[in-house]
Amino acid sequence: MPDACSPAVTSRVESLLPLEVVGLSYFAGGEKLLDDINLTIESAGISVIMGPNGAGKSLFLRLVHGMLTPGCGEIRWRRKSLDLAVRRHQALVFQKPVLMRRSVAANLDFVLKPRGGDYRQRRDQLLRQAGLSAQRDRPARLLSGGEQQKLALARALSTEPLVLMLDEPCASIDAASTLQIEDRLLQVRKRGVKILLVTHDIGQARRLADDVVFMHNGRVLEYSTAPEFFEAPSSPEAKAYLEGRIVI
Amino acid sequence: MKSLTRKFLIAVSLAILGVTSAIAAESIVVQSTTSTQNSGLYGYLLPMFKKDTGITVNVVAVGTGQAIKNAKNCDGDVLFVHAKPSEEKFVAEGYGVSRSDVMYNDFIFVGPPADPAGIAGGKNAVEALEKIAASKAKFASRGDNSGTHKKEKALWKQAGIDPTAGSGGWYLETGSGMGATLNAAVGSGAYTMTDRATWISFKNKGDYSIQVEGDDILFNQYGIILVNPDKCPAVKVEPANKFIDWVLSKRGQAAIASYKLGGQQLFFPNAPMM
Amino acid sequence: MQDFSSAFGLAFSLIIHADADLIEIIGLSLRVSLSAVLFAALIGFPLGAALAVTRFPGQQVLTVMLNSLMGLPPVVVGLLVYMALSRAGPLGWLNLLYTPGAMVVAQAILVTPIIAALTRQIIEDMHKEYDEQFRSLCIPTHRVITALIWDARYSLLTVTLAGFGRAIAEVGAVIIVGGNIDHLTRVMTTAIALETSKGDLALALALGFILLVLALSINAGVYGLRSSAKRLAYA
Repeated sequence: MPDACSPAVTSRVESLLPLEVVGLSYFAGGEKLLDDINLTIESAGISVIMGPNGAGKSLFLRLVHGMLTPGCGEIRWRRKSLDLAVRRHQALVFQKPVLMRRSVAANLDFVLKPRGGDYRQRRDQLLRQAGLSAQRDRPARLLSGGEQQKLALARALSTEPLVLMLDEPCASIDAASTLQIEDRLLQVRKRGVKILLVTHDIGQARRLADDVVFMHNGRVLEYSTAPEFFEAPSSPEAKAYLEGRIVI
Repeated sequence: MKSLTRKFLIAVSLAILGVTSAIAAESIVVQSTTSTQNSGLYGYLLPMFKKDTGITVNVVAVGTGQAIKNAKNCDGDVLFVHAKPSEEKFVAEGYGVSRSDVMYNDFIFVGPPADPAGIAGGKNAVEALEKIAASKAKFASRGDNSGTHKKEKALWKQAGIDPTAGSGGWYLETGSGMGATLNAAVGSGAYTMTDRATWISFKNKGDYSIQVEGDDILFNQYGIILVNPDKCPAVKVEPANKFIDWVLSKRGQAAIASYKLGGQQLFFPNAPMM
Repeated sequence: MQDFSSAFGLAFSLIIHADADLIEIIGLSLRVSLSAVLFAALIGFPLGAALAVTRFPGQQVLTVMLNSLMGLPPVVVGLLVYMALSRAGPLGWLNLLYTPGAMVVAQAILVTPIIAALTRQIIEDMHKEYDEQFRSLCIPTHRVITALIWDARYSLLTVTLAGFGRAIAEVGAVIIVGGNIDHLTRVMTTAIALETSKGDLALALALGFILLVLALSINAGVYGLRSSAKRLAYA
């Protein structure tokens, strides 16, 4: 079976959009954590998924990445069902980076090597773009929080995804690294990669979002372009959220 | 990483080769009793034999019962034990080619200075056992079907006593080799019967001494048998016969006689004249 | 008590004079046990890792069985291997009985369940940590297994040490399948058994001390290795 990530196949698949979510619900421990979500994301660029804690944002991300199975409903990427071939074109950066017990370079090699070709050159380039060239041979788990997350992002990008998903990537890292990561995301966006970013940092959302999905209590309350959302949110919950008030 | 894997595999193969490379020179396996091993007789004789013939003799010293069983399984080329009736049965049943006397020594009774059964200085083995049973003094038995054990059982039979009635009480069946049984005897203040060679070379005598000896019935004969190649095709007949012939030859017999420990001769050659 | 003190002195002088027989016995002990552990690891690492990572019916049962096999009595293993390798047995044609090869086989059988069961536990814990990330990256199962084994290398080193400890200390298996033959299959533990049966308790103890020192040194070495590994966050 041909490796779906090899260049030959990638050139045949240009985009995974649109993302169509129909009637998506998810249950756990007897509770309904996601309630009948209907959403279609067609536009390129950065879609920010926002909402208070417990809204179901991370859950939603994992579902569209195929890591969890919906309770009911459907998820379709480029009008096809979510299978391994689709998942290979996605990458997810978790809130807490899980790096392997190896050097920084080895962490990238692990993903790059099986794809063949001059993996060393590609790896060094990725490290340069992440500003981690000096750390190349250091044990990855000795890096600072921000550096680890930059490495996790580099690793995600090494798979040349069509869709890059990030789950609160800057939640626990320093400001300088946050800035570098945001710059990188903007670079990646320019190359045509679709980005889904979950964040509770309103400032970051304002800086990066092209459009915004607002979630609350397991439901999608709003989906609009960034200017529309930030200037005039339609739902009272979104209004309250943007004003910094807690909404139950 | 690839070169590391290769180096690793080379190291593994070398390790295996180093461990399993059998001795290239000719060798035979002798299934033997323990007294000839523990007394150091093999350590004395075998280098001589190797010098004369270049053949390495690998001795598996396990006690007569196990040695005979191993030989029946064809796991040896020669059987060298000291239980004449069992040996003759071994040959009669076709497992061995023929049996020859090699050497003899004698069995002795050893015991604690307290001598609870009052057997010290006695010259009659059966009488000693009667006294031990009567006083229910502790007695350590091999309990392992060895040559020594079979001799001991024969003595009890002659005394008309069944000691196993007291097994676990005064009659301690260790199920072990002579050395382990001696350790157990000395450690628990029990009498025991042992062959003289093992006793002389034993280093954990404590305060024990020889208390009964010299009875003709305590005669201990060793025999050597070639394992039957008809039953066991893998037997190395030629080198095995060379060993047997050497042991029975003038040279081998003289060597046996010359083996001394603490100035005492341990084994007395008595092979039939060739 | 007299045996104890003379044992110390005896052990010392044996080492100082590099007694040839002692060197031979130590060398064989190490070669046999290290070879056995090597084979046990080659089988046990992937077996334990596969058990930890894959899901199949009867997995619980297999895990419980593996854990209980850790307690296999050496003398039982020795007996079974003897019966297999005996001329009267199915594998007699291998001519392995009464050779160091048979001892390696017996000890490998003894040690493999230990290494496999402990590996399973370690890999299972590490798998919990890496699983989400590996699934996101679509890493196929066979690569997951090799990646986990490599990442757990320092913990697996400790597991190997546990296996080695079991191997070098056992006597029940090697004495039956090896025959304790002088200059051929005599290792430290069987030599100790022999000297004990000859009543030479001081010498037996001396050999015991040397065996202890050997085991201790290897342990210390591994401990040092793990400490530096921890500093690099590799362990």
